[in-house]
Amino acid sequence: MTIDASLKDEMLAAVPSLRAFAISLSGNVDRADDLVQETLLRAFANIDSFTPGTNMGAWLFTILRNLFRSEYRKRRREVEDADGHYAETLTSQPEQSGHIEFREFRDALGKLADDQREALILVGASGYSYEETAQICGCAVGTIKSRVNRARHRLAKLLSIDNPADFGPDAVTRAVYGRDDRA
Amino acid sequence: MDVKVTEPGKPASAALTRQVQAKLGQQLRSYYEQLIEPPPDRFVDLLRQLEKPGSKDPSE
Repeated sequence: MTIDASLKDEMLAAVPSLRAFAISLSGNVDRADDLVQETLLRAFANIDSFTPGTNMGAWLFTILRNLFRSEYRKRRREVEDADGHYAETLTSQPEQSGHIEFREFRDALGKLADDQREALILVGASGYSYEETAQICGCAVGTIKSRVNRARHRLAKLLSIDNPADFGPDAVTRAVYGRDDRA
Repeated sequence: MDVKVTEPGKPASAALTRQVQAKLGQQLRSYYEQLIEPPPDRFVDLLRQLEKPGSKDPSE
């Protein structure tokens, strides 16, 4: 199979973010790399359905996301993954200061529902718009907005940052801004 | 460092405050950035291999 060199460059350029997305979804570097490899193979096999000039990253993300979903459904029937197994084999761990926060965040992310996690990552980290994310996930923009919203609420609770007081405003600031004036 | 973004008189019960959203966003981006690495060699090799005319699927 021959393929335009510029398309190959676009694919390679998308790999780092695609891989980060795969690790975020699967919580496992080895599985993530398998997902990326399978995604690239499928992309090559279906390169005719890619419109040059459109977003190569979004196209690859769509393929990977669908692969993960179908693979995950299959696996879940085989063995139910316990919370603690999420990201167990994640090797790309930073050292020192950020380490605890990284692990804490990763574990919290692993507790989100799949559809909420993918929406939150695509919008909040991978840099896709709500519209692009809706295309990648094959659903309506409103659905993505609601998933992201629910994901944020759940994460805030899991990370115990759903209370503004956690940010340590001084007493005056709290008195002025932090009062609980529910409508 | 504390930025006053909560508007006075605005109920904070239903929606997350901007502070919370900003904190979550920052943590999410930081998490994701730490996962970003240069493409592993296997993908560079894979793309190079696939480019050869008549090459076979290396996963098979």
